[in-house]
Amino acid sequence: MAKVNKLSYEFLKGLWDQNPILKQILGMCPTLAVTVSVINGIAMALATTFVLVFSSFLISIIRKLIPNQVRIASFIVVIATFVTVVDYVMRALFPEMSKLLGPFIPLIVVNCIILGRAEGFASKNNPFRSLLDALGMGTGFLISLLVLSSIRELLSSGTILGFQILPKGTPQLLVMILPAGAFITLGLLFGAANLYTLVRERKEKEVIITKYINT
Amino acid sequence: MKQQTVDDLVEKRLRLESSPHIKSAFTTSKAMYCVIIALVPCIVSAIVFFGFYQLVVILTCVLFAVATEYIVKKVRKQNLTISDGSAALTGLLLALTLPPNYPLYACAIGSIFAIFIGKEIFGGLGFNIFNPALLGRAFLQASFPVETTTWVNPKAIPEAITSATPLAHFKFDRVLTDVSNLFLGNISGSLGETSALAILLGGIFLVIIGVINWEIPVSMIVGMIVFEGILFLIDPTKFAHPLFHILSGGFLFGAIFMATDWVTSPLTKKGMWIFGILISLLIVIIRNFGGLPEGVMYAILLMNAVTPLINKYTVPKIFGEGK
Repeated sequence: MAKVNKLSYEFLKGLWDQNPILKQILGMCPTLAVTVSVINGIAMALATTFVLVFSSFLISIIRKLIPNQVRIASFIVVIATFVTVVDYVMRALFPEMSKLLGPFIPLIVVNCIILGRAEGFASKNNPFRSLLDALGMGTGFLISLLVLSSIRELLSSGTILGFQILPKGTPQLLVMILPAGAFITLGLLFGAANLYTLVRERKEKEVIITKYINT
Repeated sequence: MKQQTVDDLVEKRLRLESSPHIKSAFTTSKAMYCVIIALVPCIVSAIVFFGFYQLVVILTCVLFAVATEYIVKKVRKQNLTISDGSAALTGLLLALTLPPNYPLYACAIGSIFAIFIGKEIFGGLGFNIFNPALLGRAFLQASFPVETTTWVNPKAIPEAITSATPLAHFKFDRVLTDVSNLFLGNISGSLGETSALAILLGGIFLVIIGVINWEIPVSMIVGMIVFEGILFLIDPTKFAHPLFHILSGGFLFGAIFMATDWVTSPLTKKGMWIFGILISLLIVIIRNFGGLPEGVMYAILLMNAVTPLINKYTVPKIFGEGK
């Protein structure tokens, strides 16, 4: 339990232990829909992280002012404010990326990661911890999207971020830019993450049991 | 003294094996080899109509399917099950659903996908939800749409190099192919599906020795006659007659070799009839009203997903249970 209360753990838990995609399985909609290419994945993750960090921080500050009965509505208002900011900033500064991501930027409002952290963490913890938690979750989300979109872009067009990685002429799997490719890749990622956890746990147990048998 | 591990302990006391524990001489692997024998006429027709290169395609698929199974079993430290022939059969079935002169790298990718994602991810033979060979085919269709829809005329018609399948020909050009050509297989199409004669030979063999039930193929044919018959009676100029739809495309091949897969089809007779008739309904809908000329693969895959539900609702009544 000592590990759980540490300040650094509030940040680190989002990277693996409670990774929003691989462990909490939240925010599947943007994850599956926009990870066609790495650049889309990064843009989506950064936009979401921005909203996540600021809304978590603000909600944590005003958490004692919000009546319990209307807390979800209040959270949504705060989140929607920051999403509107992101949406307009992206439209002004990166109009092409904004067009590519289309409806998925406004849809950050209903992203489960953000509401989940607001309800599950920011409304119960102080602003500094909430900020660290949101940053960790955002980074975890970014890492997951990066891995997922890298695999999809590499297999569908042989490139990562537009740079040719696989030699030209390698067969390109068109399915990877289709929704089916997203589901298959994500499913395999979940499987790999679970396998890693399982193997680690099993090894820990085995050490204990082996010790027990041989004494 | 050597340190004992958990594995040693389990090894000594338990021997794990899945049910059934009562065994018959007619094993799964014998059934698999029977299906492979039943596919010989299809393989011969593929080579006769499309040339010797198709044998290379078939061998590549079988080789990669078996190799994938071998690697997965080795990595997961499970008993090797290659000798039961199921992986080889999956590769063979996949190859026979591919168009002629299919690129070999795509064959390899499809076989690996069929065995790894289609079968081993779910736990191996007997646990898969979807027919692995069809899953591999669907993956290839989504991955390489151009290669997977490039059809070649049989060698007997030398003037045209590429041509549409009878179904595509009918759907887009309104040209009906001759029934005798459809029956013998002198048409363009996937390797194993063109010759109705070869498929029926294999199918009758399988039904006689009892590897497959006759209910699913027959219910599919009945369903096709009923649904397509209704459409044909309504507007004969717009819809083809049922016999054309039965003999063309992958209908017979799917009915006999794909839909009857033990693992992914219903267990009860009633369930099999429901299963077959619904597959036909889906095929009729996709072929006549969908964007694609052919829909057997998707129809069977969709019904595979419904199989557990059909099983649940067709559980036979226990004797003496009352209402």
